[in-house]
Amino acid sequence: MADFDLASIGLDVLFKGKNFARLMGGLGVALKISLLAVAVSIPSGILLGMLMTWENKVLRFLLRAYLEFIRIMPQLVLLFIVFFGSTKIMKLHVSGEMASIIVFSLWGTAEMADLVRGALASIPKHQYESAAALGLTRTQTFIHVILPQTVRRLLPISINLITRMVKTTSLVLMIGVVEVLKVAQQIIEANRATSPNAAFGLYLVIFILYFLACWPISLLAKYLERKWKV
Amino acid sequence: MNWAFIAKYLPVYEEAAWLTVKTGTAGILLSVIIGIICAAVLYYRVPILRCLVSAYVEISRNTPLLVQLFFIYYGIPKVTGIKTDAFVCGIAGLAFLGGSYMCETFRSGIEAVEPIQEESAKALGLNRFQIMRYVLLPQAFSISFPGVVANVIFLMKETSVFSAISLMDLMFTAKDLIGVFYKTKESLFLLVVFYLIILLPISLLGSFLERRLRHG
Repeated sequence: MADFDLASIGLDVLFKGKNFARLMGGLGVALKISLLAVAVSIPSGILLGMLMTWENKVLRFLLRAYLEFIRIMPQLVLLFIVFFGSTKIMKLHVSGEMASIIVFSLWGTAEMADLVRGALASIPKHQYESAAALGLTRTQTFIHVILPQTVRRLLPISINLITRMVKTTSLVLMIGVVEVLKVAQQIIEANRATSPNAAFGLYLVIFILYFLACWPISLLAKYLERKWKV
Repeated sequence: MNWAFIAKYLPVYEEAAWLTVKTGTAGILLSVIIGIICAAVLYYRVPILRCLVSAYVEISRNTPLLVQLFFIYYGIPKVTGIKTDAFVCGIAGLAFLGGSYMCETFRSGIEAVEPIQEESAKALGLNRFQIMRYVLLPQAFSISFPGVVANVIFLMKETSVFSAISLMDLMFTAKDLIGVFYKTKESLFLLVVFYLIILLPISLLGSFLERRLRHG
């Protein structure tokens, strides 16, 4: 009876052979891409965001144009440009996985830079003035006054960016990377005759897996936001 | 760049762009409606419904649209036996995702309206619905406006995954032309141009209106 129930919602395939392990492996590929991109984006985004507060007009314009283009284009378009474009225009062969890491790093950097710029701009001017009045040097002001306040504003929203990046990596399916959705498609295809309802069970499991990967990160962001409310 | 090819396939892209705009607009309008209802439920702390709305918001915000669409389009029909049109599924998926984003934006907007506004409205004898409709929402809307515009742009961008459930949108067209004619440069160029045509005006209008509202 229990078997029948599992089959009717297509969950039986999950326990056949190594299917569950394969699915987790697929999720691992997606998570690996997003974590690599996060590791690149956060430091380079902080650097770019700090550069954006510089006075140099040309530099600011160039950065702004770069950031706005990356942020306004759907991430899937960026993936297509790098994946299909690099082969054709630059005569380079870039694998789907490599293209994904490049795109998500570029995109994550742009988003992170915008968050850093916003956080730095939100520090009221009197903080700088008071620090100067106390006789702190520019470096001291930055390390002891500006940085602690910026970090409090920045940390919750950058943790949110991480969940956004994890969610967005599901797109790599579209340029042929074998990640969790692709593995599910393969399993569904292979078991079409024996378990026709596999699509329901497997996509439900992936839905839950993504939720389990992202929810704790979101909760952490929410907790920090509440704790450090300004 | 092969301009003759671009001229020839411009109408194909135009049609695809309309599909993107149509599905996006329908999904966004539904998102706003879902968002307002959910925000009201959370604000008034309606018992039971409140838990359901919170659960919905967490689930929808912490899963990718692509996975949601796969589940709605390929998964659900296996159990219900009813095959839904890709167009309807796309809009439903976008509304499912967008509803929670709009809910969060409106909720923080309503919470930012000073309590004296609601108290005064009560003193004037307005009922709960009237307070929401005439006092809270108009003020909440101008507070949450930047957030709403950001959500609109985000949701318009998200429509790009509709090609995965074989809706013939801009992404689908580009991939098709790359596959069939191997005209990568031209196809990608048209793709970027059409997304800019759709998204730039929203972004510019948003920052313009935001400045106007701040004065108001």
